[in-house]
Amino acid sequence: MTTAPAMTGKARIAEAFARAHAAGRGVLVPYLCAGDPDRETSAAMLAAMGPAGADIVELGIPYGDPLADGPTIAAAAQRALDGGTTIDDALAIAEEAVKNGAPPTLMFTYYNPVLQFGLERFADALVASGICGAIVPDVPLEEVDDLRAAFAPRGLALPLLVAPTTPTERAQTIAAASEGFTYLVSRLGVTSASTGPDFAWIADRVASLRTKSAAPLAIGFGISSAAHVAAACAIADGAIVGSALIDAYAGMVGAEAVDRARAFIGELHTGTVRTR
Amino acid sequence: MNKPDARGYFGGMFGGKFVPEVLVGALQELEVAMEAAFADPAFWAEYHAILRDFVGRPSPLLEANRFSDEADAATVIFKREDLNHTGAHKINNTVGQGLLARRMGKKRIIAETGAGQHGVATATIGAKLGIPVDVYMGALDVERQSLNVYVMKLLGAKVHGVTGGTQTLKDATNEAFRQWAARVADTFYIIGSVVGAHPYPYMVREFQKVIGIESRAQMLERYGRLPTDVVACVGGGSNAMGIFAGFVDDPDVKLWGVEAAGHGLHAVDTAATLNAGTIGVLHGSRSYVMQTPAGQVLNTHSISAGLDYPGVGPEHAFLKDSGRATYVAATDDDALAAFHRCAEREGIVCALETAHALAFARDLARKRGKGGLVLVNLSGRGDKDTRQVEEHEANARAAALVETVRA
Ligand SMILES: Cc1ncc(COP(=O)(O)O)c(C=O)c1O
Repeated sequence: MTTAPAMTGKARIAEAFARAHAAGRGVLVPYLCAGDPDRETSAAMLAAMGPAGADIVELGIPYGDPLADGPTIAAAAQRALDGGTTIDDALAIAEEAVKNGAPPTLMFTYYNPVLQFGLERFADALVASGICGAIVPDVPLEEVDDLRAAFAPRGLALPLLVAPTTPTERAQTIAAASEGFTYLVSRLGVTSASTGPDFAWIADRVASLRTKSAAPLAIGFGISSAAHVAAACAIADGAIVGSALIDAYAGMVGAEAVDRARAFIGELHTGTVRTR
Repeated sequence: MNKPDARGYFGGMFGGKFVPEVLVGALQELEVAMEAAFADPAFWAEYHAILRDFVGRPSPLLEANRFSDEADAATVIFKREDLNHTGAHKINNTVGQGLLARRMGKKRIIAETGAGQHGVATATIGAKLGIPVDVYMGALDVERQSLNVYVMKLLGAKVHGVTGGTQTLKDATNEAFRQWAARVADTFYIIGSVVGAHPYPYMVREFQKVIGIESRAQMLERYGRLPTDVVACVGGGSNAMGIFAGFVDDPDVKLWGVEAAGHGLHAVDTAATLNAGTIGVLHGSRSYVMQTPAGQVLNTHSISAGLDYPGVGPEHAFLKDSGRATYVAATDDDALAAFHRCAEREGIVCALETAHALAFARDLARKRGKGGLVLVNLSGRGDKDTRQVEEHEANARAAALVETVRA
């Protein structure tokens, strides 16, 4: 069997942004933790994300010491670890979903599990599984060279984060070094739906980034409603939602959890339409 | 003395800044302020004045001739950090970082703590300087160390129990980083050991090196020569880095770090990170970590809460790999035996952390033989540990009794 040369992960992420843009929308990027609340539900939920309205999905590799995450995602990771979810399981869940037509998929992972797995081996596994790249929140610009060296030759996406504390010039450097899109952290602190996004500072930052590059910008942290998504899509190119999605199916498993997640993403999707 | 490179790596290999972007600016601000303070004689003058008048420095050297009493053994000498105000070396560091926090105009101090020693030392300097302190402590440790929790409250600090993960020091440290990220502009995070992202491992060593500098001068004055060996316990590694710093440039002085082996080096839950761990990233730096092959951080075990930590400072990782220092381990039982021996034969109830160093020092003194001078950092006193040891030994006796009755 011959196939056309596959698009790189980076190109597939770019395409997702372009497609939404052409339709007058921003992208919606749900975050799910592999293996939460259990493996089967997690796989079914991931499969439901595309039809529900997700343009890109982030699948978390559960980690026991998630420094950048608040209680919701930390607890989801702990449930997944208690259920025995490994990095291989997370990759397999993503691979299966991608095979069945899931939107472009990124892994979300802390650095240490990837270091132990091996950077080159991880990058190879992403390519082999049809995964577009990874977001690694505890690797700032200063430490990113090793990851880039593994990701760049394979065309993998490597979105880096810009925070409210990031000075403008540094934000421009980070945006230039990001592959796929730049992740704008909406506010101080860690992931959690209990404190909403702070859009006040972002508009300025987006404007200054736009002067240097047209590369996509997505906003995450604290996004929990269609109104938040609408604000993010008005200012930037998309919204990332994690804790609020996990909160939405709290305490549920199986079809009930999948239905709830699907409904929640469907609701948020209404916010992606640009009304300008 | 080793200085990390511009990226914060010792030997180009251990250290770095593995933190979320939101904290990178704060680390840079801290580094700039630290370099300015280090270059300012007035900063050091105030630091040393507080160490003299408030902490009680310099701490004395004591020849422990009954602890090591074999005729042909080396002389064992204690550096008495246990006599410091608040009972351990931890205060040397919190005085330095507290002064830096005030100099930077920070309105609030946060800290992690395991046993509560660093929490107490931080609450103490917060009270002295008039800066509010929030301490994050694993919920399990809050229960186990209720005395220190109360002392922190007496000193005006707020103690927050951390319920995530294993509810111990590693999770308290995660939470302190999160709280820092949430209020980064006006908050100073005082880390309690030579761990964390650059510049912390270097900065904390600079505030602890007073131990080594004093010891070196005291040894020369009293014995007219340097010690043959320097021994210290290693949790995160701050008391060890502090005393090693005085001798690291003296190639003939052997440096020994003693880790907590818990039930034994091959037990599943030892805390001897340099002996049994592998290289990884934890709490902002690359060093040795107790972890699974999949990179999940392990739950450690040691009878001593201050050594019960799955990471270790990056400079120790460098000293190990470069061969300049040697890292050994003592078990819970070794430490308990040394704890009793020190109490009965020297009149000093030492901290359980310190007892690990003593256990190894006794063996080393025998091996080194007459003429050797084995300097041990007596990092802290053991008031905080007496109840736990009493309970532990009562339980052990009960278990032994059950065994005899069964037999
Ligand atoms: C008396 C004493 N010694 C040693 C330690 C271990 O810390 P470090 O390795 O940073 O000196 C502690 C920590 O609580 C302590 O209280």
